[in-house]
Amino acid sequence: MDKNGNAYTFIYASVMVVLVAAVLSFAAMKLKAPQQENVKIEKQQSILKSLNIEVSADKAEQVYKKTITDSYVVNTKGDQIKGDAFTVNLKEEHAKPADEQKLPVYVADLGDQGKKYIIPVRGTGLWGPIWGYLAFDSDGSTIFGATFDDEGETPGLGAQIATEGFQKQFAGKSIFNSEGKFVSIFVAKSSEKGKANPKHSVDAISGGTITSKGLQKMLQVDLSKYTEFFKKIR
Amino acid sequence: MSDKEPLFSKKNLRLLTDPLNSKNPITVQVLGICSALAVTAQLKPAVVMSLAVIVVTAFSNLIISMLRNTIPNRIRIIVQLVVIAALVILVDQILKAYVYDVSKQLSVFVGLIITNCIIMGRLEAFALGNKPIPAFLDGIGNGAGYGLILVIVAFFRELLGSGTLWGYHVIPASWYIDNGGWYSNNGMMILPPMALVTVGVIIWVQRAKNRELIED
Repeated sequence: MDKNGNAYTFIYASVMVVLVAAVLSFAAMKLKAPQQENVKIEKQQSILKSLNIEVSADKAEQVYKKTITDSYVVNTKGDQIKGDAFTVNLKEEHAKPADEQKLPVYVADLGDQGKKYIIPVRGTGLWGPIWGYLAFDSDGSTIFGATFDDEGETPGLGAQIATEGFQKQFAGKSIFNSEGKFVSIFVAKSSEKGKANPKHSVDAISGGTITSKGLQKMLQVDLSKYTEFFKKIR
Repeated sequence: MSDKEPLFSKKNLRLLTDPLNSKNPITVQVLGICSALAVTAQLKPAVVMSLAVIVVTAFSNLIISMLRNTIPNRIRIIVQLVVIAALVILVDQILKAYVYDVSKQLSVFVGLIITNCIIMGRLEAFALGNKPIPAFLDGIGNGAGYGLILVIVAFFRELLGSGTLWGYHVIPASWYIDNGGWYSNNGMMILPPMALVTVGVIIWVQRAKNRELIED
């Protein structure tokens, strides 16, 4: 057969594409289970990290089961509804109207330090999605710990939200003011320092303004949906 | 080349060792720079990236060399791309399944191996005209030459930028200014421009030692 003819070229290309497709789909099917397991473990690690518990991947499952005593889904009225908190996809929920959204809550028992409520948040940074978990004391207002992560924020600038130095600032801040009004957390640039109440604000990342403000908006939007829930647990 | 040629004949060994030095893809041919800047802030991702590139160059060279007499000339670049892309997707999936934290750090760069010019360069320049075994060795050699530079750059960037190696602290904590010492990490080293400068220094040192590499 003429190797430079049209027929040969077409057959060659078709056979090659089918073969490659078969190999790749086989690999994708075989590796799906361990990949999903990794995603699950990472989520468990993040939830534990908001409680300031750092665990290695192989111990995550065990520690998670011991620490997180309960998890459920609530609606914007603060009532429990049906659903599994761990499998709720925040990205899909955010696309729905507010009163239909499922809002996951994880409950942790830290012994002497009492009961903590962990709320997942998700928003947009500069280049892509950012997300995180905030652990609240049982007063439903004071932040016990926070952890954030990002997909592709600028390393050294916006991506600093994933560092301990930034996250540590959140501990002890509260999202309701003394009159019980929801105020969220203000992420203040150095020029905005004066107008921010230190009880409800943290320092932004220099050079990472858009990521910092994205994070502020993420907290404002996502935590406000839990207002009723927080009032109920108080 | 006769079929009885031993696997590690002098000629085949050169295929492995030349790319480490006088034919290095990064410092001599200046290929694959983009990923060399991106993944070298720390040693661990640099080593994993190197291994991934070695696997992809070696096997794409091997496969293309085995197919070299059947590939229609008019679509040979497409065939090369399909082979490379398939291998890269496989590597990415395997990393995601078994070394998840590293795969997260490398994120898009594994996918970008597809566009790494070293790989297509070796396929066009070597695999299309040579037998499978020399092509395989050439692939390993070039992948390793790329990896060697990545590891050297990552060593200096992690040491000077973060004060760690492979994630372990090697600079005594008492040296730091925060703890009353005199030392501070150089944050510049973490940023990509310093990778370019480090590669530049390596090229300079290499050419100072090996004068044959200096162009007129």
